[in-house]
Amino acid sequence: MELQYFLLLAAALFCIGVYGLITSRNAVRVLMSIELMLNAVNLNLMAFSNFLDPGEIKGQVFTVFVITVAAAEAAVGLAIILSIYRNRDTVDMEQFNLLKW
Amino acid sequence: MNLAQGVQVVSLGLLSLMVLGAALGVVLANNIVYSAFLLGGVFISISGLYILLNAGFVATAQILIYVGAVNVLILFAIMLVNKREDFAPISSAWIRKGVTGLVCIGLFALLSTMVLTTPWLIASIPASGEQATLLIGEHLFSDFLLPFELASVLLLIALIGAIILARRELIVNEPASGVDAGLMLPERPREGVAVGSDP
Repeated sequence: MELQYFLLLAAALFCIGVYGLITSRNAVRVLMSIELMLNAVNLNLMAFSNFLDPGEIKGQVFTVFVITVAAAEAAVGLAIILSIYRNRDTVDMEQFNLLKW
Repeated sequence: MNLAQGVQVVSLGLLSLMVLGAALGVVLANNIVYSAFLLGGVFISISGLYILLNAGFVATAQILIYVGAVNVLILFAIMLVNKREDFAPISSAWIRKGVTGLVCIGLFALLSTMVLTTPWLIASIPASGEQATLLIGEHLFSDFLLPFELASVLLLIALIGAIILARRELIVNEPASGVDAGLMLPERPREGVAVGSDP
């Protein structure tokens, strides 16, 4: 039960999340990739909290806050995607150029 | 290595395989419904990893909030945006995927060398274990009281904002016309559909 295993696993999960965030074209899948990255960060925080600070577990408190913010982010993000879908009639990320030029 | 340590190592390996396989499935699957269910698998596996890290409360919160709320919300969004469209192929998409893969592999190499070369100060005192829930409660109501209250305000703001963003704008006073006018509420005409057609 080494700290390094958990950190390597979290790094791999974060990189998979970054790959999905950039390459996927469905807007809902982009939100799923963001959730993957947030979970990788949570895993990092929990590993540090268990191995480096087991007496006063502040990492777990931070994880609870990150979970809260992730829930709010998912709700608002899906509402935005629904609103864009209603206006533009597509969920293709390549078509979302409202703020581009 | 005694029996408990062996069980822990085997569980860690199995859960890591499940997390990585399901995450790759989320990113690479063609059907987005499969992606959503595999995302639930990732969340459940990560809660198992939290139990390995002596954090039962956060593991329970993970299952309740992520699997019970966020994943169900994503499934509802997939059902509401249920449009089977084939995305128009863009030129040189493979360059984008190749460059992104290279950047991600480089990032992983950087992070793993950092993890493996840093001398971590592993604490020697035993983990909190069952006292973790009590400690989290004490932290939330003493030194993390202000972030706790701010989180509640943030949740309220997100709730109201999501409702306002996602609702349909209905016309209340105007009587509807048409055959099945009694079955539907009149909706304000959309803007921006024509804007979306031209690049």
